[in-house]
Amino acid sequence: MFIGKPPEIPSSAITPKDQYLNRRGFLRGAASAAVVALGAERLAEVLSPRVGAQAGTKLETVKSPLTTSGETLTSVKDITSYNNFYEFGVDKDQPAQNAGRLPTRPWTVRVDGMVKKPKTFDIEALLKLRPLEDRIYRHRCVEAWSMVIPWVGYSLAEFIKQCEPLSSAKYVQFLSYYDKKVEKWASSTSIFWPYSEGLRMDEAMHPLALLTFGLYGEVLPNQNGAPIRIVVPWKYGFKSAKSIVAVRFLDKVPPTTWNDQARSEYGFYSNVNPNVDHPRWSQKTERRIGQPFYAQRRTTLMFNGYGDQVASLYNGMDLRKYF
Amino acid sequence: MNRSTLISLKTLTWIACLWQVGALVWGAVNNNLGADPTATITFATGLATLRLLTISLAITPLRKLFPRLYWLIKFRRLLGLFAFFYASLHLLTYIALYAGFDVNTMAADIAKRRFITVGVAAWLLLLPLAATSTNWAIRKLGGKRWSRLHKLVYLAAVLGVVHYWWQVKPGVLTPIAMTVILGVLLLARPILDWRQQRRLRMA
Repeated sequence: MFIGKPPEIPSSAITPKDQYLNRRGFLRGAASAAVVALGAERLAEVLSPRVGAQAGTKLETVKSPLTTSGETLTSVKDITSYNNFYEFGVDKDQPAQNAGRLPTRPWTVRVDGMVKKPKTFDIEALLKLRPLEDRIYRHRCVEAWSMVIPWVGYSLAEFIKQCEPLSSAKYVQFLSYYDKKVEKWASSTSIFWPYSEGLRMDEAMHPLALLTFGLYGEVLPNQNGAPIRIVVPWKYGFKSAKSIVAVRFLDKVPPTTWNDQARSEYGFYSNVNPNVDHPRWSQKTERRIGQPFYAQRRTTLMFNGYGDQVASLYNGMDLRKYF
Repeated sequence: MNRSTLISLKTLTWIACLWQVGALVWGAVNNNLGADPTATITFATGLATLRLLTISLAITPLRKLFPRLYWLIKFRRLLGLFAFFYASLHLLTYIALYAGFDVNTMAADIAKRRFITVGVAAWLLLLPLAATSTNWAIRKLGGKRWSRLHKLVYLAAVLGVVHYWWQVKPGVLTPIAMTVILGVLLLARPILDWRQQRRLRMA
Protein backbone atom coordinates (compact mmCIF):
# COMPACT_ATOMS: atom_id res chain seq x y z
CA MET A 1 0.00 0.00 0.00
CA PHE A 2 1.36 3.44 -0.84
CA ILE A 3 -0.09 5.38 2.05
CA GLY A 4 2.78 7.34 3.56
CA LYS A 5 4.31 6.44 6.88
CA PRO A 6 3.88 9.10 9.57
CA PRO A 7 7.08 11.05 10.19
CA GLU A 8 9.13 9.37 12.88
CA ILE A 9 10.20 12.67 14.44
CA PRO A 10 7.60 15.27 15.46
CA SER A 11 8.33 18.54 13.68
CA SER A 12 8.47 20.27 17.07
CA ALA A 13 11.58 18.22 17.87
CA ILE A 14 13.48 19.23 14.73
CA THR A 15 16.16 21.87 15.19
CA PRO A 16 15.47 24.95 13.03
CA LYS A 17 17.61 24.82 9.90
CA ASP A 18 19.64 27.98 10.63
CA GLN A 19 20.62 26.70 14.07
CA TYR A 20 21.38 23.29 12.63
CA LEU A 21 23.54 24.73 9.88
CA ASN A 22 25.31 26.86 12.43
CA ARG A 23 26.18 24.01 14.76
CA ARG A 24 29.74 24.03 13.52
CA GLY A 25 29.91 27.73 14.16
CA PHE A 26 28.92 27.01 17.73
CA LEU A 27 31.54 24.29 18.06
CA ARG A 28 34.15 26.44 16.37
CA GLY A 29 33.32 29.28 18.76
CA ALA A 30 33.71 26.96 21.72
CA ALA A 31 36.93 25.65 20.24
CA SER A 32 38.33 29.15 19.69
CA ALA A 33 37.55 30.05 23.29
CA ALA A 34 39.54 27.02 24.37
CA VAL A 35 42.37 28.04 22.07
CA VAL A 36 42.54 31.52 23.56
CA ALA A 37 42.40 30.06 27.03
CA LEU A 38 45.21 27.66 26.29
CA GLY A 39 47.15 30.11 24.16
CA ALA A 40 47.82 27.38 21.60
CA GLU A 41 46.82 28.47 18.12
CA ARG A 42 47.53 25.21 16.40
CA LEU A 43 44.96 23.57 18.63
CA ALA A 44 42.27 25.24 16.52
CA GLU A 45 42.99 22.87 13.68
CA VAL A 46 42.83 19.89 16.03
CA LEU A 47 39.57 20.84 17.72
CA SER A 48 37.85 22.13 14.64
CA PRO A 49 39.34 20.27 11.69
CA ARG A 50 38.54 21.24 8.14
CA VAL A 51 35.22 19.50 7.77
CA GLY A 52 34.10 18.64 4.27
CA ALA A 53 30.95 20.16 2.90
CA GLN A 54 27.89 18.02 3.38
CA ALA A 55 24.44 17.91 1.82
CA GLY A 56 22.63 21.20 2.25
CA THR A 57 25.82 23.29 2.39
CA LYS A 58 25.67 26.26 0.03
CA LEU A 59 28.10 26.26 -2.89
CA GLU A 60 29.51 29.36 -4.54
CA THR A 61 28.37 29.28 -8.15
CA VAL A 62 28.56 31.29 -11.35
CA LYS A 63 26.13 31.53 -14.28
CA SER A 64 26.61 29.36 -17.34
CA PRO A 65 25.69 29.89 -21.00
CA LEU A 66 25.16 26.11 -21.19
CA THR A 67 22.13 26.16 -18.89
CA THR A 68 18.69 25.16 -20.23
CA SER A 69 16.04 27.87 -20.21
CA GLY A 70 12.27 27.83 -20.52
CA GLU A 71 11.64 24.87 -18.21
CA THR A 72 9.91 24.74 -14.85
CA LEU A 73 12.25 23.27 -12.26
CA THR A 74 11.26 20.05 -10.52
CA SER A 75 10.90 20.59 -6.76
CA VAL A 76 13.79 19.82 -4.40
CA LYS A 77 11.52 17.36 -2.63
CA ASP A 78 10.86 15.33 -5.78
CA ILE A 79 14.48 15.48 -6.97
CA THR A 80 15.72 14.25 -3.60
CA SER A 81 13.03 11.67 -2.76
CA TYR A 82 12.44 9.96 -6.10
CA ASN A 83 15.71 8.29 -6.99
CA ASN A 84 17.19 5.30 -8.72
CA PHE A 85 20.26 4.36 -6.70
CA TYR A 86 19.94 0.59 -6.40
CA GLU A 87 22.88 0.25 -4.02
CA PHE A 88 20.53 1.83 -1.46
CA GLY A 89 17.37 -0.07 -2.47
CA VAL A 90 15.36 -0.58 -5.64
CA ASP A 91 12.30 1.41 -4.57
CA LYS A 92 12.30 5.07 -5.51
CA ASP A 93 11.99 6.28 -1.91
CA GLN A 94 14.68 3.99 -0.50
CA PRO A 95 17.82 5.95 -1.51
CA ALA A 96 16.55 9.03 0.38
CA GLN A 97 16.03 6.86 3.47
CA ASN A 98 19.23 4.84 3.27
CA ALA A 99 21.93 6.88 1.52
CA GLY A 100 22.75 8.77 4.71
CA ARG A 101 25.17 5.91 5.37
CA LEU A 102 27.33 6.86 2.39
CA PRO A 103 30.61 8.28 3.79
CA THR A 104 31.23 11.33 1.57
CA ARG A 105 34.40 12.48 3.40
CA PRO A 106 37.22 11.76 3.04
CA TRP A 107 36.69 11.07 -0.68
CA THR A 108 39.13 10.58 -3.49
CA VAL A 109 38.81 9.80 -7.19
CA ARG A 110 41.40 7.42 -8.61
CA VAL A 111 42.40 7.96 -12.24
CA ASP A 112 44.12 5.16 -14.10
CA GLY A 113 44.26 3.17 -17.33
CA MET A 114 45.58 4.87 -20.44
CA VAL A 115 46.90 8.02 -18.79
CA LYS A 116 50.33 9.58 -18.64
CA LYS A 117 50.53 8.55 -14.99
CA PRO A 118 47.84 7.28 -12.58
CA LYS A 119 46.68 9.94 -10.12
CA THR A 120 44.34 10.32 -7.19
CA PHE A 121 42.31 13.51 -6.79
CA ASP A 122 40.92 14.67 -3.46
CA ILE A 123 37.34 15.89 -3.54
CA GLU A 124 38.34 19.25 -2.01
CA ALA A 125 40.80 19.81 -4.84
CA LEU A 126 38.21 18.86 -7.45
CA LEU A 127 35.72 21.33 -5.95
CA LYS A 128 38.27 24.08 -6.49
CA LEU A 129 39.56 23.02 -9.89
CA ARG A 130 37.16 25.26 -11.84
CA PRO A 131 34.42 27.73 -10.87
CA LEU A 132 31.20 25.84 -10.14
CA GLU A 133 28.44 26.64 -12.62
CA ASP A 134 24.65 26.54 -12.28
CA ARG A 135 23.38 24.32 -15.07
CA ILE A 136 19.72 23.55 -15.48
CA TYR A 137 19.30 20.31 -17.44
CA ARG A 138 16.38 18.15 -18.45
CA HIS A 139 16.83 14.67 -16.96
CA ARG A 140 15.20 11.79 -18.84
CA CYS A 141 15.12 8.36 -17.22
CA VAL A 142 15.03 5.25 -19.41
CA GLU A 143 11.89 4.34 -17.43
CA ALA A 144 10.11 7.19 -19.28
CA TRP A 145 9.90 9.77 -16.52
CA SER A 146 11.66 13.11 -16.53
CA MET A 147 12.66 16.03 -14.34
CA VAL A 148 14.29 19.43 -14.73
CA ILE A 149 17.23 19.75 -12.35
CA PRO A 150 19.46 22.73 -11.55
CA TRP A 151 22.82 20.99 -11.19
CA VAL A 152 26.05 22.55 -9.97
CA GLY A 153 29.39 21.60 -11.49
CA TYR A 154 31.75 22.22 -14.36
CA SER A 155 32.39 20.51 -17.68
CA LEU A 156 33.76 17.00 -17.33
CA ALA A 157 36.27 17.99 -20.04
CA GLU A 158 38.03 20.31 -17.56
CA PHE A 159 38.65 17.37 -15.27
CA ILE A 160 39.67 15.02 -18.08
CA LYS A 161 42.35 17.50 -19.17
CA GLN A 162 43.84 17.21 -15.67
CA CYS A 163 43.84 13.41 -16.02
CA GLU A 164 46.20 13.64 -19.03
CA PRO A 165 44.79 10.68 -21.01
CA LEU A 166 46.95 9.19 -23.76
CA SER A 167 45.88 9.85 -27.34
CA SER A 168 45.19 6.12 -27.64
CA ALA A 169 42.41 6.38 -25.01
CA LYS A 170 39.07 6.17 -26.80
CA TYR A 171 36.66 5.54 -23.93
CA VAL A 172 36.33 6.58 -20.33
CA GLN A 173 34.81 4.44 -17.60
CA PHE A 174 33.30 5.70 -14.34
CA LEU A 175 33.10 3.44 -11.33
CA SER A 176 30.79 4.16 -8.42
CA TYR A 177 31.44 3.68 -4.75
CA TYR A 178 30.63 0.19 -3.55
CA ASP A 179 30.82 -1.28 -0.08
CA LYS A 180 28.40 -4.08 0.53
CA LYS A 181 28.43 -3.40 4.25
CA VAL A 182 27.31 0.19 3.68
CA GLU A 183 25.11 -0.56 0.66
CA LYS A 184 23.57 -3.76 1.95
CA TRP A 185 20.53 -3.29 -0.30
CA ALA A 186 22.66 -3.91 -3.39
CA SER A 187 22.73 -7.63 -2.66
CA SER A 188 18.93 -7.88 -2.93
CA THR A 189 19.45 -7.63 -6.70
CA SER A 190 21.33 -9.95 -9.04
CA ILE A 191 23.35 -7.04 -10.45
CA PHE A 192 27.13 -7.18 -10.54
CA TRP A 193 28.58 -4.32 -8.48
CA PRO A 194 30.23 -1.79 -8.43
CA TYR A 195 28.10 0.28 -10.78
CA SER A 196 30.02 1.04 -13.94
CA GLU A 197 29.25 3.48 -16.73
CA GLY A 198 31.16 4.85 -19.65
CA LEU A 199 31.33 7.34 -22.50
CA ARG A 200 33.20 7.64 -25.74
CA MET A 201 36.01 10.18 -25.36
CA ASP A 202 34.39 12.79 -27.61
CA GLU A 203 31.13 12.47 -25.66
CA ALA A 204 32.95 12.88 -22.36
CA MET A 205 34.79 15.94 -23.72
CA HIS A 206 31.56 17.61 -24.85
CA PRO A 207 31.02 20.76 -22.78
CA LEU A 208 27.47 19.70 -21.83
CA ALA A 209 28.79 16.60 -20.01
CA LEU A 210 28.95 17.82 -16.43
CA LEU A 211 31.11 16.84 -13.49
CA THR A 212 28.56 17.49 -10.80
CA PHE A 213 28.92 18.41 -7.13
CA GLY A 214 25.58 19.94 -6.24
CA LEU A 215 21.99 20.79 -7.07
CA TYR A 216 19.84 23.80 -6.27
CA GLY A 217 23.02 25.67 -5.32
CA GLU A 218 23.86 23.24 -2.52
CA VAL A 219 26.08 20.18 -2.04
CA LEU A 220 24.52 17.04 -3.57
CA PRO A 221 22.33 15.05 -1.21
CA ASN A 222 23.77 11.53 -0.89
CA GLN A 223 20.85 9.93 -2.73
CA ASN A 224 21.63 12.12 -5.75
CA GLY A 225 25.17 10.79 -6.03
CA ALA A 226 27.25 12.73 -3.50
CA PRO A 227 29.91 13.90 -3.39
CA ILE A 228 30.72 13.75 -7.11
CA ARG A 229 28.83 12.39 -10.09
CA ILE A 230 28.51 12.63 -13.84
CA VAL A 231 25.53 14.21 -15.62
CA VAL A 232 25.09 13.60 -19.35
CA PRO A 233 21.84 15.39 -20.19
CA TRP A 234 21.30 13.99 -23.70
CA LYS A 235 21.46 10.37 -22.51
CA TYR A 236 19.14 8.31 -20.34
CA GLY A 237 19.73 8.90 -16.65
CA PHE A 238 21.50 5.62 -15.93
CA LYS A 239 24.46 6.79 -18.05
CA SER A 240 25.09 9.48 -15.42
CA ALA A 241 26.99 7.49 -12.79
CA LYS A 242 26.75 8.55 -9.15
CA SER A 243 29.28 8.74 -6.30
CA ILE A 244 32.33 8.28 -8.52
CA VAL A 245 35.47 6.77 -6.96
CA ALA A 246 37.43 5.83 -10.07
CA VAL A 247 37.82 7.04 -13.65
CA ARG A 248 39.57 4.75 -16.11
CA PHE A 249 40.71 5.54 -19.66
CA LEU A 250 40.51 2.69 -22.15
CA ASP A 251 40.94 1.95 -25.86
CA LYS A 252 37.82 -0.25 -25.97
CA VAL A 253 34.21 -0.03 -24.81
CA PRO A 254 34.16 -0.49 -21.04
CA PRO A 255 31.71 -2.96 -19.47
CA THR A 256 28.71 -0.97 -18.20
CA THR A 257 26.21 -2.16 -15.62
CA TRP A 258 22.85 -2.05 -17.39
CA ASN A 259 24.29 -3.03 -20.74
CA ASP A 260 25.75 -6.15 -19.10
CA GLN A 261 22.45 -6.78 -17.36
CA ALA A 262 20.32 -6.65 -20.53
CA ARG A 263 22.10 -5.88 -23.79
CA SER A 264 18.91 -5.66 -25.84
CA GLU A 265 17.33 -3.14 -23.47
CA TYR A 266 20.14 -0.77 -22.49
CA GLY A 267 22.60 0.09 -25.21
CA PHE A 268 26.07 1.49 -24.54
CA TYR A 269 25.12 4.82 -26.13
CA SER A 270 21.61 5.13 -24.68
CA ASN A 271 21.04 8.55 -26.19
CA VAL A 272 17.52 9.79 -25.50
CA ASN A 273 15.73 8.82 -28.70
CA PRO A 274 11.94 8.88 -29.11
CA ASN A 275 12.25 6.79 -32.29
CA VAL A 276 13.92 3.79 -30.68
CA ASP A 277 11.63 2.07 -28.22
CA HIS A 278 12.81 0.21 -25.19
CA PRO A 279 11.73 -3.39 -25.95
CA ARG A 280 9.24 -3.20 -23.11
CA TRP A 281 7.85 0.30 -23.50
CA SER A 282 7.65 3.22 -25.89
CA GLN A 283 10.14 6.07 -25.55
CA LYS A 284 8.03 8.47 -27.62
CA THR A 285 6.62 10.17 -24.55
CA GLU A 286 7.58 10.68 -20.95
CA ARG A 287 5.96 11.48 -17.59
CA ARG A 288 7.10 14.74 -16.04
CA ILE A 289 7.63 14.25 -12.31
CA GLY A 290 5.67 16.45 -9.92
CA GLN A 291 2.69 17.05 -12.22
CA PRO A 292 -0.84 15.77 -11.51
CA PHE A 293 -1.56 12.39 -13.13
CA TYR A 294 -3.60 13.86 -15.98
CA ALA A 295 -0.91 16.39 -16.93
CA GLN A 296 2.28 14.31 -16.72
CA ARG A 297 2.50 13.03 -20.29
CA ARG A 298 4.71 14.97 -22.74
CA THR A 299 6.61 14.31 -25.94
CA THR A 300 10.20 13.10 -25.63
CA LEU A 301 12.70 15.15 -27.63
CA MET A 302 15.55 13.70 -29.69
CA PHE A 303 18.75 13.83 -27.61
CA ASN A 304 16.48 15.11 -24.82
CA GLY A 305 16.30 18.46 -26.61
CA TYR A 306 20.09 18.89 -26.84
CA GLY A 307 20.35 17.79 -30.49
CA ASP A 308 21.64 21.17 -31.71
CA GLN A 309 24.68 20.75 -29.48
CA VAL A 310 25.34 17.00 -29.62
CA ALA A 311 23.87 15.49 -32.81
CA SER A 312 27.15 16.02 -34.67
CA LEU A 313 28.85 13.54 -32.31
CA TYR A 314 26.85 10.81 -34.04
CA ASN A 315 27.11 11.85 -37.69
CA GLY A 316 26.90 8.85 -39.95
CA MET A 317 25.96 6.46 -37.14
CA ASP A 318 22.86 4.28 -37.34
CA LEU A 319 21.23 5.21 -34.04
CA ARG A 320 18.85 2.24 -34.28
CA LYS A 321 21.81 -0.11 -34.29
CA TYR A 322 23.89 1.89 -31.83
CA PHE A 323 20.98 2.68 -29.50
CA MET B 1 -21.26 -18.86 11.85
CA ASN B 2 -24.27 -16.74 12.64
CA ARG B 3 -25.73 -14.18 10.32
CA SER B 4 -24.66 -11.05 12.15
CA THR B 5 -21.01 -12.19 12.36
CA LEU B 6 -21.06 -12.94 8.67
CA ILE B 7 -22.48 -9.51 7.87
CA SER B 8 -19.82 -7.81 10.01
CA LEU B 9 -17.04 -9.80 8.37
CA LYS B 10 -18.37 -9.06 4.90
CA THR B 11 -18.56 -5.36 5.73
CA LEU B 12 -14.94 -5.45 6.90
CA THR B 13 -13.93 -7.25 3.71
CA TRP B 14 -15.63 -4.58 1.60
CA ILE B 15 -13.83 -1.84 3.52
CA ALA B 16 -10.47 -3.62 3.20
CA CYS B 17 -10.98 -4.16 -0.53
CA LEU B 18 -12.10 -0.59 -1.18
CA TRP B 19 -9.33 0.91 0.93
CA GLN B 20 -6.76 1.08 -1.88
CA VAL B 21 -9.02 2.71 -4.43
CA GLY B 22 -10.23 5.12 -1.73
CA ALA B 23 -6.63 6.05 -0.93
CA LEU B 24 -5.91 6.63 -4.63
CA VAL B 25 -8.96 8.85 -5.10
CA TRP B 26 -8.10 10.78 -1.94
CA GLY B 27 -4.52 11.18 -3.15
CA ALA B 28 -5.64 12.31 -6.61
CA VAL B 29 -8.01 14.91 -5.17
CA ASN B 30 -5.32 16.28 -2.87
CA ASN B 31 -2.56 15.95 -5.49
CA ASN B 32 -0.70 13.73 -3.07
CA LEU B 33 0.15 10.65 -5.12
CA GLY B 34 3.91 11.05 -4.88
CA ALA B 35 6.41 12.36 -7.41
CA ASP B 36 5.14 10.14 -10.24
CA PRO B 37 1.34 9.82 -9.75
CA THR B 38 0.87 7.77 -12.94
CA ALA B 39 3.35 5.19 -11.69
CA THR B 40 1.77 5.23 -8.22
CA ILE B 41 -1.68 4.49 -9.62
CA THR B 42 -0.36 1.79 -11.95
CA PHE B 43 1.65 0.03 -9.28
CA ALA B 44 -1.03 0.26 -6.58
CA THR B 45 -3.81 -1.16 -8.78
CA GLY B 46 -1.57 -3.91 -10.16
CA LEU B 47 -0.37 -4.97 -6.73
CA ALA B 48 -3.92 -4.91 -5.33
CA THR B 49 -5.01 -7.24 -8.16
CA LEU B 50 -2.24 -9.75 -7.45
CA ARG B 51 -2.81 -9.60 -3.71
CA LEU B 52 -6.55 -10.17 -4.01
CA LEU B 53 -6.09 -12.99 -6.52
CA THR B 54 -3.60 -14.62 -4.19
CA ILE B 55 -5.89 -14.27 -1.17
CA SER B 56 -8.82 -15.72 -3.12
CA LEU B 57 -6.61 -18.66 -4.13
CA ALA B 58 -5.68 -19.27 -0.49
CA ILE B 59 -9.26 -20.03 0.51
CA THR B 60 -9.55 -23.56 -0.85
CA PRO B 61 -6.26 -24.84 0.64
CA LEU B 62 -7.12 -23.21 3.98
CA ARG B 63 -10.50 -24.93 4.06
CA LYS B 64 -8.91 -28.27 3.28
CA LEU B 65 -6.29 -27.82 5.97
CA PHE B 66 -8.71 -26.48 8.56
CA PRO B 67 -12.20 -27.85 7.89
CA ARG B 68 -13.62 -25.60 10.60
CA LEU B 69 -12.91 -22.64 8.29
CA TYR B 70 -15.49 -23.95 5.77
CA TRP B 71 -17.28 -20.56 5.91
CA LEU B 72 -14.34 -18.84 4.14
CA ILE B 73 -15.96 -19.92 0.87
CA LYS B 74 -18.57 -17.23 1.40
CA PHE B 75 -15.84 -14.63 0.79
CA ARG B 76 -14.23 -16.03 -2.30
CA ARG B 77 -16.55 -14.50 -4.88
CA LEU B 78 -16.25 -11.07 -3.28
CA LEU B 79 -12.43 -11.25 -3.30
CA GLY B 80 -12.36 -12.54 -6.86
CA LEU B 81 -14.62 -9.76 -8.08
CA PHE B 82 -12.50 -7.14 -6.34
CA ALA B 83 -9.41 -8.65 -8.00
CA PHE B 84 -11.17 -8.15 -11.34
CA PHE B 85 -12.16 -4.62 -10.29
CA TYR B 86 -8.52 -3.67 -9.61
CA ALA B 87 -7.32 -5.46 -12.75
CA SER B 88 -9.79 -3.35 -14.73
CA LEU B 89 -8.60 -0.14 -13.05
CA HIS B 90 -5.03 -1.20 -13.84
CA LEU B 91 -5.93 -1.76 -17.49
CA LEU B 92 -7.82 1.53 -17.61
CA THR B 93 -4.76 3.31 -16.20
CA TYR B 94 -2.71 1.92 -19.05
CA ILE B 95 -5.36 2.85 -21.66
CA ALA B 96 -5.78 6.39 -20.37
CA LEU B 97 -2.41 7.44 -18.94
CA TYR B 98 0.01 5.45 -21.07
CA ALA B 99 -1.71 4.86 -24.42
CA GLY B 100 -3.75 8.07 -24.26
CA PHE B 101 -6.80 6.14 -25.61
CA ASP B 102 -4.93 5.68 -28.89
CA VAL B 103 -5.96 2.36 -30.46
CA ASN B 104 -2.87 2.11 -32.66
CA THR B 105 -0.55 2.56 -29.71
CA MET B 106 -2.42 -0.15 -27.81
CA ALA B 107 -2.36 -2.57 -30.74
CA ALA B 108 1.37 -2.01 -31.22
CA ASP B 109 2.05 -2.44 -27.51
CA ILE B 110 0.07 -5.68 -27.29
CA ALA B 111 1.83 -7.07 -30.36
CA LYS B 112 5.34 -5.97 -29.44
CA ARG B 113 5.64 -5.89 -25.66
CA ARG B 114 5.33 -9.23 -24.00
CA PHE B 115 4.62 -7.88 -20.52
CA ILE B 116 1.65 -6.00 -21.93
CA THR B 117 0.59 -9.05 -23.97
CA VAL B 118 0.45 -11.29 -20.90
CA GLY B 119 -1.14 -8.54 -18.82
CA VAL B 120 -3.98 -8.11 -21.29
CA ALA B 121 -4.28 -11.91 -21.62
CA ALA B 122 -4.63 -12.24 -17.84
CA TRP B 123 -7.38 -9.61 -17.79
CA LEU B 124 -9.18 -11.35 -20.68
CA LEU B 125 -9.06 -14.61 -18.71
CA LEU B 126 -10.61 -12.93 -15.68
CA LEU B 127 -13.39 -11.37 -17.76
CA PRO B 128 -15.54 -14.52 -18.27
CA LEU B 129 -15.01 -15.44 -14.63
CA ALA B 130 -16.37 -12.12 -13.47
CA ALA B 131 -19.23 -12.39 -15.98
CA THR B 132 -20.25 -15.82 -14.66
CA SER B 133 -19.99 -14.94 -11.00
CA THR B 134 -23.74 -14.66 -10.40
CA ASN B 135 -25.85 -17.44 -8.87
CA TRP B 136 -27.91 -17.38 -12.05
CA ALA B 137 -24.83 -18.09 -14.19
CA ILE B 138 -23.72 -20.93 -11.92
CA ARG B 139 -27.16 -22.54 -12.20
CA LYS B 140 -27.26 -21.98 -15.93
CA LEU B 141 -23.80 -23.47 -16.53
CA GLY B 142 -24.15 -26.27 -14.02
CA GLY B 143 -21.69 -26.67 -11.16
CA LYS B 144 -19.26 -28.90 -13.01
CA ARG B 145 -18.89 -26.77 -16.10
CA TRP B 146 -18.80 -23.64 -13.97
CA SER B 147 -15.94 -24.89 -11.84
CA ARG B 148 -14.05 -26.14 -14.88
CA LEU B 149 -14.35 -22.65 -16.42
CA HIS B 150 -13.20 -21.04 -13.20
CA LYS B 151 -10.00 -23.07 -13.22
CA LEU B 152 -8.84 -20.30 -15.59
CA VAL B 153 -8.08 -18.27 -12.49
CA TYR B 154 -4.89 -20.30 -11.98
CA LEU B 155 -3.65 -19.35 -15.42
CA ALA B 156 -4.65 -15.72 -14.89
CA ALA B 157 -2.73 -15.57 -11.61
CA VAL B 158 0.37 -17.14 -13.15
CA LEU B 159 0.23 -14.70 -16.08
CA GLY B 160 -0.21 -11.87 -13.59
CA VAL B 161 3.02 -12.80 -11.83
CA VAL B 162 4.84 -13.27 -15.15
CA HIS B 163 3.58 -9.79 -16.11
CA TYR B 164 5.13 -8.45 -12.89
CA TRP B 165 8.51 -10.12 -13.58
CA TRP B 166 8.63 -8.92 -17.16
CA GLN B 167 7.85 -5.38 -16.10
CA VAL B 168 10.66 -4.93 -13.57
CA LYS B 169 14.24 -4.37 -14.72
CA PRO B 170 16.35 -7.49 -15.19
CA GLY B 171 18.20 -8.00 -11.92
CA VAL B 172 15.42 -6.63 -9.74
CA LEU B 173 13.97 -9.41 -7.61
CA THR B 174 11.01 -7.65 -5.97
CA PRO B 175 8.34 -10.02 -7.41
CA ILE B 176 9.95 -12.99 -5.65
CA ALA B 177 7.66 -12.87 -2.58
CA MET B 178 4.46 -12.91 -4.65
CA THR B 179 5.90 -15.71 -6.80
CA VAL B 180 6.73 -17.91 -3.83
CA ILE B 181 3.31 -17.37 -2.22
CA LEU B 182 1.49 -18.19 -5.45
CA GLY B 183 3.73 -21.22 -6.00
CA VAL B 184 2.94 -22.55 -2.52
CA LEU B 185 -0.78 -22.02 -3.05
CA LEU B 186 -0.77 -23.80 -6.41
CA LEU B 187 1.31 -26.71 -5.10
CA ALA B 188 -0.86 -26.98 -1.99
CA ARG B 189 -3.81 -28.19 -4.07
CA PRO B 190 -2.39 -31.48 -5.42
CA ILE B 191 -0.60 -32.11 -2.12
CA LEU B 192 -3.76 -31.63 -0.04
CA ASP B 193 -5.80 -33.72 -2.49
CA TRP B 194 -3.25 -36.52 -2.28
CA ARG B 195 -3.35 -36.38 1.53
CA GLN B 196 -7.12 -36.50 1.54
CA GLN B 197 -7.20 -39.50 -0.82
CA ARG B 198 -4.69 -41.37 1.30
CA ARG B 199 -6.83 -40.76 4.37
CA LEU B 200 -9.92 -42.00 2.55
CA ARG B 201 -8.12 -45.18 1.50
CA MET B 202 -6.88 -45.80 5.00
CA ALA B 203 -10.30 -45.24 6.52
